[in-house]
Amino acid sequence: MTKKYKGLWLTLLTYGIALIFFFPIFWMVLTSFKTEADAFAFPPQLMFDPTLSNWRIALFESPFLSALSNTILITLLSTTVALALGIPAAYGLAYFPTKRSNFTLLWLISTRMLPPVGIIVPLFVIARDLGIRDTVLGMVIVYTSMNLPLVVWMMRSFFLDVPYEILEAGRIDGTNLWQEFRFIAIPLVVPGLVATFLLCMIFAWNEFFFAFNLTVTQASPLSVYISSFKTAEGLFWAKMSAGATAAVLPVVVAGWFTQRQLVQGLTMGAVK
Amino acid sequence: MQQKLSFRHFLSLPAVIYMVIITQIPFLLTLRYSLERWNLLRPERRKFIWFEKYPDILQDVNFWIIILNTIVLVFSVVLITLLLGMGLALLVNRPFPGRGIVRTLLITPFLIMPTVSAVLWKNVLFNPAFGLLAAVFALFGLPRPDLLANHPMESIVTILVWQWTPFMMLILLAGLQSLNQEEVEAAQMDGANGLMLFGYIILPHLRRYIEIALLMETLFILSEFGVIFVTTSGGPGIQTTNLSFGIYQEAFLRWNIGEASILGVYAIILANIVVSFFVRVLQRGQSEGLAIT
Repeated sequence: MTKKYKGLWLTLLTYGIALIFFFPIFWMVLTSFKTEADAFAFPPQLMFDPTLSNWRIALFESPFLSALSNTILITLLSTTVALALGIPAAYGLAYFPTKRSNFTLLWLISTRMLPPVGIIVPLFVIARDLGIRDTVLGMVIVYTSMNLPLVVWMMRSFFLDVPYEILEAGRIDGTNLWQEFRFIAIPLVVPGLVATFLLCMIFAWNEFFFAFNLTVTQASPLSVYISSFKTAEGLFWAKMSAGATAAVLPVVVAGWFTQRQLVQGLTMGAVK
Repeated sequence: MQQKLSFRHFLSLPAVIYMVIITQIPFLLTLRYSLERWNLLRPERRKFIWFEKYPDILQDVNFWIIILNTIVLVFSVVLITLLLGMGLALLVNRPFPGRGIVRTLLITPFLIMPTVSAVLWKNVLFNPAFGLLAAVFALFGLPRPDLLANHPMESIVTILVWQWTPFMMLILLAGLQSLNQEEVEAAQMDGANGLMLFGYIILPHLRRYIEIALLMETLFILSEFGVIFVTTSGGPGIQTTNLSFGIYQEAFLRWNIGEASILGVYAIILANIVVSFFVRVLQRGQSEGLAIT
């Protein structure tokens, strides 16, 4: 076999695997445009008369919108608080390290490695006693702690990438801490900031365990609403597919645009 | 160097205080609850009993089944995704037309909300009567399988492998792209074949990427909950109950706060064993001259 043919064969294999991996998602999107009867046709149909009726039912005649607004609120608020607490911390740990800095960084990582089941029981009890169970506030508090270590580690690695001479030059010109931070460092890490924001968003948007155990109905996000389709009875596949497609769309698009930074975020900045 | 501490050295304080309150206090409370007999359905019987229940749980055969399920799940998913992810990373690292699109298609399963993956696989793909898989079997004249009922653990492993292979691929791909091309070309000039190249240059270079990817994935799969809850609810029996799901059942179905907390403590110990193992491996790599960043 010549080298060229071997290359072609490997390329075709890659295409094939990519299609297999993506197929369930393609099929979900396809199913969302079917009627429930078509969705249950056996053998499954590739050709059918597309309809938007399930999208209408899934979005407007179900708890979808209230779950969506919960998800958006919880995601945006928790990400904002995590950034507000995490960016100054990252800045301090990057530029003004003390003897304790290394310990602080490792300790922050260790909190991310604590299994959620290890703290869910007290979180539930505390949330219940404080009356913030099943509220957006309660979820924001928990998700902030989930994303804060990520923000510190990622932003720190971005700050460390800023050439020290630039900050030095600013200090010689007599900038104070705030000016140095706001007008010199931050503009230089905007791409990293956006990537961190999107990653926090992905994690908060998709989270299920805390959401499921700390909410009932009022503050339930999309991940909890979608899990209610676990029942096997009834004709609901098209409606479920429409709701599910809508639920994953923002995060999938965000992830497509942050493929490169995704790696850095998933490994807490250990791998670039 | 003598350092005068000023405001700028305390910029991380708010973040640290926040994390202490939200993660360490509940952690200490888990320890405290684990020493109590406390069922939320019978709060009047709440009593401090020290370590009385700890050995009871270790003698419960179901506990060991649950631990075994947890380990089987983690090992199978991590091992399969490592092999698949490595293969895919090598394939996608080659230049070919449409590479960007292929990469994008491949990472998508990881971006999908886990509960969406779970309901999608459970209903549309695995359903024994109308599912896609049943259709494929029927096409070949085979009986339609009920995978979730007859092979529950394998089914969950399949779904998680689908979700996590992109993760492994992404990290290993980042490793491959940081490989020094000159080194590879020099080896090829010296007559190294593909296998030698992989064994002597690519794999050693990827080692740190592999270790970190394994650590992160192991921690996540150790705490897997959503897919199990949606697809099998830990059943049939407790065949697919892992530690996370077992704790959920104990705490929020039986409202047994005390015993759930003991299981929580065991879960933390298990995670600590895993982390300290990996930390040792990573440190060993470091002392051999591989830097952390």
